[in-house]
Amino acid sequence: MNTLLIPLLVAIPLGGAFFIPLVSRKVRVLADIIGNLATLSVLVIAVLLFQVRTVYSIGGWNASVGITWVLDGFSNLMLVIICLISFVATLFSSQYMERYTAKYKFYSLFLLMVAGMNGVVMTGDMFNLFVFLEIASVASYALVAFGGNHEELEAAFKYLVLASIGSTLVLFGIAFIYGATGYLNMASISQAIRTGPRTPILTLAVVFFTVGFGIKAALVPFHPWLPDAHPSAPAPISAMLSGVLIKALGIYALTRVLFNVIGITPIYGAVLITIGALSMVVGVFLAVGQWDFKRLLAYHSISQMGYVVLGIGLGGYILASGGKQSAAMLAILGGIFHLANHSVFKSLLFLVSGSIEYSTGTRQLKEMGGLLEKMPLTRATCTIASLSIAGVPPFNGFWSKLIIIMAAFQGGYPWLAALTILVSFVTLLSFIKVLRYAFLGHLPESLKAVRESPALMSIALVVLAIFCTCMGLLLIPGAREMILDPAVGALANGVGYAQAVLALR
Amino acid sequence: MVYALCFVLFVIGLYCTLTKKNIVKIVIGLTIMEYAVNLFLVLLGYRKDGVAPIVEEGAGPLEFLARSVDPLPQALVVTSIVIGLGVTTLAIALCVRLYEKYGTFDISEIRRLKG
Repeated sequence: MNTLLIPLLVAIPLGGAFFIPLVSRKVRVLADIIGNLATLSVLVIAVLLFQVRTVYSIGGWNASVGITWVLDGFSNLMLVIICLISFVATLFSSQYMERYTAKYKFYSLFLLMVAGMNGVVMTGDMFNLFVFLEIASVASYALVAFGGNHEELEAAFKYLVLASIGSTLVLFGIAFIYGATGYLNMASISQAIRTGPRTPILTLAVVFFTVGFGIKAALVPFHPWLPDAHPSAPAPISAMLSGVLIKALGIYALTRVLFNVIGITPIYGAVLITIGALSMVVGVFLAVGQWDFKRLLAYHSISQMGYVVLGIGLGGYILASGGKQSAAMLAILGGIFHLANHSVFKSLLFLVSGSIEYSTGTRQLKEMGGLLEKMPLTRATCTIASLSIAGVPPFNGFWSKLIIIMAAFQGGYPWLAALTILVSFVTLLSFIKVLRYAFLGHLPESLKAVRESPALMSIALVVLAIFCTCMGLLLIPGAREMILDPAVGALANGVGYAQAVLALR
Repeated sequence: MVYALCFVLFVIGLYCTLTKKNIVKIVIGLTIMEYAVNLFLVLLGYRKDGVAPIVEEGAGPLEFLARSVDPLPQALVVTSIVIGLGVTTLAIALCVRLYEKYGTFDISEIRRLKG
């Protein structure tokens, strides 16, 4: 029964993407209905499958020749995150996207992107990973250009060129791996690497993967496309791009390959820590000076991704160099938990920016002001999300940052903890700026007629705000063992992944 | 040795993508990179005097394996060419729209975004 549901996670969005343009040319409202139903049903399936650990062979082919999809703790967590954010984003879009023509094309591309991301986090096959990566990426290039104006097109072209270089590098890496081991199945590759000699070709492949997935994840120094691309897209798409796309295509794929397929070594761990720390610092300092609300948020995405990579990289480093096991688990837990938290509060922030833009028609913080009374709900949700991202208790961002800091102390790297606290402080500063300029101060003459955003958009904001407030509860014993620890275990298991997968199938 | 040539081709494509000013030339650079990787994949499965990987009647699997080239990279390359086609088409479409908006193909004049 359950295994029958697995292919639906990709089939429903793909089918939706195909049928929406067919049926909704005549009847406009069908696009909204199908889009929302598709993301809702995918979310339900992802939640139903949450406790399922299995290997699914596509078309019933034996795993040695066919393609397998693997559901383990990390994949399941990512699936739920992706489906949750995409459902909220479609809910928000049904009213927000009225401003654009050809809304059905938007839904079609959107569902294509969801299908690609679901495929990326489920697949257990290297080349299949590349195919889904490209499905999601191509859909996202088109979505960034969706507005069709000067800025959108320019940003989309920049994004396309850089991200295509990334995909090509990933394909090159896959070719190296295939040449060195003769397998494409992740579990078989991992076994072949463990039993065979470690050739320099593997190191080259790791370099290509790091750069390729690093471009997709917009880690410094591969970040220049993100601050252009994310603000240019329509708000729900910015929420998807910042909220889940860079995680599924970048961080998830990178950590899966490094930890589970090739096997983490102290050097790879140190590289991840360096990239993470660099992204954290560079991203946040570039963000402080921004006056465009969405651009500021985009720079913060880079910085927050730094936290995730730092946490996971630190865990990998400690694991591989034989340090304290408990500190390593804590660091990976912090990284993964921050990944989940970031997708919630960053998509909320982007939806808030969309809601403000919908009502006021501007994204410039200097042109806003005094929206406090005009848009109380938007203001409340924006405050919650800002406090979350800045790491103020009791919101979710605080807990994951706290875990990363604790892990850095336990692992014996107090300077990393200090860096984390410093970046967190600068983040707080820049969001105080947002709240101050957008909601307090004088209401400009031009914005006297502003009204609160429509109902469905507000519902989307409130849903995410509730998640922001309550996700700290995932850390209480019981919930943590059920939801977060399997994901940590899947990564920390390292090349033991191969045995786990081979035992399941 | 042949593999090194693939790498050279890849670097030529990368150089073209990163240094050219004309956006169409940038797209051509991307395509060159893609084909370098495709070539590399095909070469991985190549074997001297190998036959096409089609099972003939009467031939046992082991005998077939001893003679044929590796079919898997060929399947991968076909997929990757199709994906490359999609990306190139989208890129060219963007180039056309950019030309309509800005009236130029020069990347250094298409600069509204900064910061």
